[in-house]
Amino acid sequence: MTTNLISMLRDPNQKERNLFYKVITNPVGAFSSAMVLVFTLVALFARAIMPYDPLVSDYNALSLDPTPAHIMGTDDLGHDIFSRMILGTQFTISGALLCVSIALLVGCTLGLLAGYFGGFWDSVGNWLSNILQALPGLVVLLAAAAVLGNNLYLAMAIYGFLLSPAFFRLMFVTVRGVRNEIYVDAARVSGLSDFAIITRHVLGVVRAPIIIQSGIVASIAISIQSGLQFLGFGTTDTISWGSLLMDGFANIWNHPVRLLWPSIGLALLLVSIVLFATTLRDEVERSGVRVRRSTRKSLQAHVRTEAAIPAIVHAEADRVGAEILSIKNLEIGYLQGRGNYKVVVHDGNLSIHKGEVVGLVGESGSGKTQTALALLGLLPQGGTVLGGAIEFEGNDLAQISAKEFDRLRGRRISYIPQEPMSNLDPSFTIGSQMVEPLRAVMKLGKAEAKARALELLSMVGLPNPEKTFRSYPHEISGGQAQRVLIAKALSCGPDLIIADEPTTALDVTIQAEILDVLRNLQKRTGVAILLVTHNFGVVADLCDRVAVMQHGRVIESGGIYDIFDNPQHQYTRELLGAILDENGPAREPYEEKENA
Amino acid sequence: MAKLLDVQNLEVTYHGKKLGRSGFKALKGVSLDIRPGETVGLVGESGCGKTTLGRAILGLAPVTAGQLIFEGKDIAHATRMERKEIARDMQVVFQDPFTSLNPSMSIEQILSEPLRAQGVVAAEAQARVRELLDAVALPSDAGQRRAKEFSGGQRQRIAIARALALNPKLIVADEPVSALDLSTSARVLDLFLEIQQRTGVAYLFISHDLAVVRHVSHRVAVMYGGEIVEWGGGDQVTSNPQHDYSKRLMMASPVPHPRLQAERRRQREALLASQNLEAK
Repeated sequence: MTTNLISMLRDPNQKERNLFYKVITNPVGAFSSAMVLVFTLVALFARAIMPYDPLVSDYNALSLDPTPAHIMGTDDLGHDIFSRMILGTQFTISGALLCVSIALLVGCTLGLLAGYFGGFWDSVGNWLSNILQALPGLVVLLAAAAVLGNNLYLAMAIYGFLLSPAFFRLMFVTVRGVRNEIYVDAARVSGLSDFAIITRHVLGVVRAPIIIQSGIVASIAISIQSGLQFLGFGTTDTISWGSLLMDGFANIWNHPVRLLWPSIGLALLLVSIVLFATTLRDEVERSGVRVRRSTRKSLQAHVRTEAAIPAIVHAEADRVGAEILSIKNLEIGYLQGRGNYKVVVHDGNLSIHKGEVVGLVGESGSGKTQTALALLGLLPQGGTVLGGAIEFEGNDLAQISAKEFDRLRGRRISYIPQEPMSNLDPSFTIGSQMVEPLRAVMKLGKAEAKARALELLSMVGLPNPEKTFRSYPHEISGGQAQRVLIAKALSCGPDLIIADEPTTALDVTIQAEILDVLRNLQKRTGVAILLVTHNFGVVADLCDRVAVMQHGRVIESGGIYDIFDNPQHQYTRELLGAILDENGPAREPYEEKENA
Repeated sequence: MAKLLDVQNLEVTYHGKKLGRSGFKALKGVSLDIRPGETVGLVGESGCGKTTLGRAILGLAPVTAGQLIFEGKDIAHATRMERKEIARDMQVVFQDPFTSLNPSMSIEQILSEPLRAQGVVAAEAQARVRELLDAVALPSDAGQRRAKEFSGGQRQRIAIARALALNPKLIVADEPVSALDLSTSARVLDLFLEIQQRTGVAYLFISHDLAVVRHVSHRVAVMYGGEIVEWGGGDQVTSNPQHDYSKRLMMASPVPHPRLQAERRRQREALLASQNLEAK
């Protein structure tokens, strides 16, 4: 619904800006791209900019500290350090580029082949990448220098090869993920060739992480290159920041300022590259237009028109037992920044009596799960109860502190989730996960707790409680896991169980079994259940009463027969009308078309 | 009678990576056929092989034995080039409308993809995209937007439009409405039926929901453990099933009315008792 609204509200005149525009309007992007541009220009036009020839010694200006003529001073041989810094940019950047290009070429190609085609390429790529990662980079470079000669470009090329696993791993993992996406299957069914699928679907996804990785690899390359020259690698006529660092370090006691210039240069360059890559990634990923204010306004307008039709509450003559939960005018909102809330539930009214099963039905986005979570004090980050009251056994759950909630949750109110498997910790046995709350909450001894856990497991109809008790979650089926969670929900003898779509993730035959378990236990223990679901069949099976939610509001509530036989609200009628009944007409038999 | 698709004793085995381990047999000799313009429903629980059968027909699962005869040709082991030919006549709609559309592409790009793959020129493709959006009742400016701007039901309409792009003769629809809300799913099912009446496309309609399958299918196959256990007319299989498992499946589906459901529950208990299975 919300997406619907947003898409309708989007201003059609607002075009997507191009990438360049987006990067330079971002403050960090503007700074980092300006810096990268400056460094690139300096490198390109180094020979034109530098005031002195950095290779010519001026014997009248040896070892000068900064002066107006030599703003960064001169070294022991009378070379102008400023000119050497400028010329050094050339090699520092070109060396890094060479290194990154080779790493990109080797790593991405192999990663793409291995991730997309698997099999042979998978073996070759992973084997090679493992070997390269195991090699000590610096040692290989030194060895290569001994054999192939003292050439820094060659060293950077070799280092690029050594760094290629960084791209290989990333590419391999990302491409393999995309390969399993359903839209890639759809593209194959459409008859696209592998090449077309890679260029259209795969490269778009990998470009963002590759951009970041390139930034990181470029910084590593620059650092290593300076490190190599610091160690004395390369010839004296290759001027780079590394050689300036070495000179600075040698003179650290008498001319400490010389160490400063290459350090500043390196720091600025590295920071700019990484920031530039990060911004570029962010802007490449950010597509579409951000919608904020207009959406909220329209949602509220929407809310007001809905509220005009009053909620329908059917007569309550048939209700027995004392009321244990009463929700009045509940309002739940999510903080949207700057004190604004997006209201997801408003006008929530619901009452549950002792021993009742109440169904809370609605479509996705209707606010039914939000209401249930508020009852448990488990609204996600940013969600708050903005108004109304939730009265439960003399407490207003809308007001009490988190600490007071802890005393209710799991004891007086418990919870059965939708996804049984993700609600069991895979690293503990079922038994220990059941015994733990019994001991902590009910203060039972070890043996007592175990006996109680086994009793609960047999109550939920698990054929072999002992075996289930010893099992790990992966050893049991989804239906069994849901039984375990029902047993856990019952373990502390609660008055109210909130069941959030407890059978939605299960097969129909398993669903029928779980509904049987819930019905039998409810009869046996007299616990009240709030059943959140979208399935009217489940409601018909289990519930005594029904509340229907739409757009964050309970629009109709009443006894089960009132709702099914005599729905009053237009929306309830629509919902019931949309159900495909198996007693309804089947498709008329197939008739062959004359020309088929 | 002319058959559009004839599946004969189809077997699919997934091999594990480790040597010496026998693979998992997802389909154990499945046979069914689909006639032009017909809807064949395929019901069963998760893991019964119904999705694998759909994927095998689409060339996305490895066929290890048996035949897949589509328009008179065995396509069980078609090459990529042959598949490209078949793509014109056989398309797919997947279950999850959130992952079956590439989030970084515009709707127009998504819809023109199958057209471009078949060599349709850009201008023609654009016109066809407008037609397709119209056919699935989406506004014509939807083409410039991305999938994330649409609701689940709208996305499924986009997926249907993509499947229709090449005027296929068969669409494999794998649980196309099970991720959708009740009222949305009813509208999407109506769209499926309307398109079939208009274009004469045949569907293999895979679902776990008997009521949905009953609504759309001329004939229905019930799958269990990689085999078809019951196969016949849609009305008969969904209202008076014969096989033990089909009966259990039907009795387990809750009826959306409390009185009828109470009756259904009693019938289910009686059935389970008669099959010597215990209701819990």
